[in-house]
Amino acid sequence: MDWVALRLSLELAGLTVLLLLPIGVVLGRALAYRVFAGKVLVEALVALPLVLPPTVFGYYLLVAFGAASPLGQLWQTLFGRTLVFSFEGLLLASVIFNLPFAVQPIQRAFETIPSDLRAAAACCGMPPWRAVLRIELPLAWPGIVTALVLSFAHTLGEFGIVLMVGGAIPGETETIAIAIYDRVQAFDDAAAARMALVLLLFSLATITVTFLASRRIGRRLG
Amino acid sequence: MGGLEVELDQAAPIPLSARLGCAPGELAALVGPSGSGKTTILRAIAGLYRPARGRVVVDGTVWLDTAAGISVPTHRRRVGMVFQSYALFPHMSALDNVAAAMGERPRAERLARARELLRLVHLEGLEARKPAELSGGQQQRVAVARALAREPAILLLDEPFSAVDRATRQRLYREIAELRRLLSMPVLLVTHDLEEAMLLADRLTVLHRGRTLQTGTPVEVTTRPVSPEVARLVDLANLFEGRIAGVDRARGTTLLDWRGRLLEVRGAGAAAIGATVPWVVPDGFVILHRRDRPSRGEHENPVPGRIEQVLALGQTARLTLRPDHAPELPIRFSVPLHVARRNGIEPGVAATVSLLAEGIHLMPASGGAGRAPTDEPDQEGAEKAGQDREDRAGTSDRPGP
Repeated sequence: MDWVALRLSLELAGLTVLLLLPIGVVLGRALAYRVFAGKVLVEALVALPLVLPPTVFGYYLLVAFGAASPLGQLWQTLFGRTLVFSFEGLLLASVIFNLPFAVQPIQRAFETIPSDLRAAAACCGMPPWRAVLRIELPLAWPGIVTALVLSFAHTLGEFGIVLMVGGAIPGETETIAIAIYDRVQAFDDAAAARMALVLLLFSLATITVTFLASRRIGRRLG
Repeated sequence: MGGLEVELDQAAPIPLSARLGCAPGELAALVGPSGSGKTTILRAIAGLYRPARGRVVVDGTVWLDTAAGISVPTHRRRVGMVFQSYALFPHMSALDNVAAAMGERPRAERLARARELLRLVHLEGLEARKPAELSGGQQQRVAVARALAREPAILLLDEPFSAVDRATRQRLYREIAELRRLLSMPVLLVTHDLEEAMLLADRLTVLHRGRTLQTGTPVEVTTRPVSPEVARLVDLANLFEGRIAGVDRARGTTLLDWRGRLLEVRGAGAAAIGATVPWVVPDGFVILHRRDRPSRGEHENPVPGRIEQVLALGQTARLTLRPDHAPELPIRFSVPLHVARRNGIEPGVAATVSLLAEGIHLMPASGGAGRAPTDEPDQEGAEKAGQDREDRAGTSDRPGP
């Protein structure tokens, strides 16, 4: 059992979700309520990771993060190390390829709030920020939870992009999904089976608990 | 000063040409068919809709003045709004819904005041319920309490009675009428239901396609419409055209030639002799003669004809009479059901009615007379009126007698 890889996967998934929460809420809400030029293009870009093969997507991220790219160079100047094949690079890639899993459920959740409720909040004298905190976020909460669970589970399971952007550096970028692949390649079936089972049970438990919680919240709000 | 003054103008996307006012403590109703722009006007007052040109002043404070570039955001307008859907916050209790409209005050103070308001709308004991656990009528009351919680400078009611059953609605009417005596701000009610407006409002404004056509007391508007368009919108079915045959200034009467039948009209107005004018006689000024013996007032504009239809609605019979001199122009009126029975009124019998001179109202010859409302298929009265208009249009080229 590769505990290092499991810990790395959990850290990656946890941090991804943490970063995606504010991004998803801001972007999802903007896409739900605002009308702006190029909105369809933004929606298409957000959805892109759903349709692109992970290797293609990984390739472009690799190019974008590489030492020859402006982003890669900036990173090198700031932190004195490369962005590719690092945990930070992997985290950034993870945030990007999880965008549709986070943004879309959050966008739908905001869209389902009746416009009259938002109007009522304003008529109750709530400034926009207070209306977001007191009315919109509590009502969109089940959608936000779904988004975070999907992103978390998806990060644990992602393989192609992680391999492309992160390589498989143990302790740095080797996630459990890659460790399992590695064990299978080495004909260590027993280790692969153990890790696969742990990942399976862990994922199932996370999703079940969150769905239960989200249903309870939904009932409380309904 | 005080009160509400509204002026809105725009050509698109929703045409608006609206002028209305409402004094403090007054209940003004904005009446019009669905799609006439009522809700848009209400939303513009609340700041939820921004018209191309307009001015909204409430209690001396300018909320909107497009010419001066002023537009106060909704949350800074002291407005209480009851939405058609009530728009209660589903995740909050009734008490929290009301307290949510009280801004920055300390929580204990807000909750105490919210309890007081819920008591005012007869909801004591239900403070902890979520909106989903309340009936439609109870939800409406929470919405009213919430709208009052801000101590608003104006109370806006957007079709607040449309989502409840008839019995509840009657009860809510009484409650609103009661509550009104405690309120000192202007109250603006938007409704498509004329009866509701007549029942509750001090002043009524008729709206069609974004234009405010007439403002007056409910009685004024429904007996003295300024144009055939208003007459149709307020469900006046007896809308016809006639020729001014003479004016007797000494007696203060006008003689109207209605397709060969001379009618006496109270008042010697400005209409020129020989002019063709639209006229209307409200239901209440059509008197059925007793068929067995002469009745009082039957010398006043008698119109003999044949009963075509008898429609019993509760204790009232709605009758349609085809006049002998112009069967294509039916007169519609109501009598108590027992009166219809006692007189043996049934389809096909001959009957005579009097059109009371004081009830006949002449309108100016022009002024949108040719336009029939066509965008409200659910309005039975408007359809009927439209039919009358077609009847007239089809026969208007006949030579007069």
